[in-house]
This record gives sequence, structure tokens and C-alpha cells, in this order.
Amino acid sequence: MAEKRVYEVVFIVDPTAGDEDVTRLTDNLQNIIAEQGGTVTKNETMGRRHLAYRIGRNTEGIFQLFEVEGSGKEIAELERRMRVNDQVLRYLTVRVDEDRRRAEKFRARRARKSLKRPTRGGVAGVGTAPAPAEEGSGDEA
Amino acid sequence: MSRNFNTGERDFDGDDDGPSQDRRPSGGGRGGPRGGRFRRRKVCRFCQDKVDIIDFKDVKLLQNFIPERGKVLPRRISGACATHQRMLAEAIKRARNIALLPYAAD
Repeated sequence: MAEKRVYEVVFIVDPTAGDEDVTRLTDNLQNIIAEQGGTVTKNETMGRRHLAYRIGRNTEGIFQLFEVEGSGKEIAELERRMRVNDQVLRYLTVRVDEDRRRAEKFRARRARKSLKRPTRGGVAGVGTAPAPAEEGSGDEA
Repeated sequence: MSRNFNTGERDFDGDDDGPSQDRRPSGGGRGGPRGGRFRRRKVCRFCQDKVDIIDFKDVKLLQNFIPERGKVLPRRISGACATHQRMLAEAIKRARNIALLPYAAD
């Protein structure tokens, strides 16, 4: 719990809303997040897009993307607000910090591996031999 | 191929599979081992490109993995490894939820 969680929140705004409406809404939501102790690290507009299927009577929508850092409480409040708001057609929250950390790990492992054996040739049977060496590098890291 | 040389191995595979698979290439006369005419890339393209995260917002990428009907392309055709196929399926499901991809097309 000690570490911050990172979320990606995508929500679709009613296409009939004007630009000011959208900015007002996003400002509003950002304030809510700030009040709850979270921080918005990214606020992007993905633009007006065609929906893959109809939501209500709408065939298109304005897609907005937030990246939120926080404990998780602000997400609960944010989702509640979006549910209540008629202008938000749909929202999706995805926790990304865990996946990103995992990706980072993969990348590190790959970097280590490529360092370990610059040339991947040689006899296949020898592949088992460098195992102790690999353990040594693991200790260093 | 190796099966033809040592007959001892054929018994391990079971009697049903062995002969029928051996017969097919010789009957077709294509020359390739086990009708490998349509064999696609054997390695996962995500592994090759070193993709660690498949983003659900990347519609262009995901579109390659949903055929007309809107279903998830199976692994035997997509060629993705287990890890990446799982990530792919998850991303497609998320994209569907937010109306970036259809649940069912047509």
C-alpha cells in the first residue's frame, strides 16, 4: 500500500458537448481527483472517434484519457462521479503500474542476457554450462 | 523425417498418428515434410518485436487480430506465444468495453 498506484482512465464524452463543455468536465474531474489526494499525470484528448457499436443513441464520442497516480480511493470517487454524469457515456479504468513494472523487469532481463552472450552461436549442449555464471550476475544486480 | 529412419521411434508416437502423417506428403507429392506449405512464421511476432505491453488503445494493432466477425484470432493462426496471446486477448476485451472494437461485427 505504501507505493503509489498508477491508473489509466479512458472515458467517452457525449459528442454533442462542445469544446468548453469537455474542458469544464475534465477540469471538474481533475479537481475531484486532487481533492481525494491523487494526481493527474496525464490529460489527453484522443479526439472524436467513431464508436464500434452504439451507446445509447450515439455513434461517435469524444475520447478522453487520464493518467492518475494515487491510492485508489480517488478512482472510486471519480468513477462514481462519472457514473452519475450524463455526459460521460462510458469509462474504463485500468491499473497499469504492475504491468509496467513487469515490462521493466523483462527489459532488464533482456538487457542482461544480451550482455551475457553477445554471440549466440556455439554448440547447443553448452547452453547449460553458463548457468552458474548467470547466478553470479543476478547477485550483482 | 527421422521417423522413416528408425522404426523404433514410430512405436512411441502411437500407431494411428504415425502412418497417416507419413502417408500424406507422399500422396500429395509436394515434397515438403508434413504438408508444410502453409506454415507461417513460427515465432511470436510480439516476442520478436520485444513488446512488453499491449495497449488496449492501440486500435490499429488490435484490428489485425480480429477477423471480420469480431472474434479474437486464435493462437494457432496469430502465431503469438501464450503470454502475448493472453495480453492480446485482454487488450481486445478492454478495447471492446470502451467501444474501440466491436463485440460482434455484422
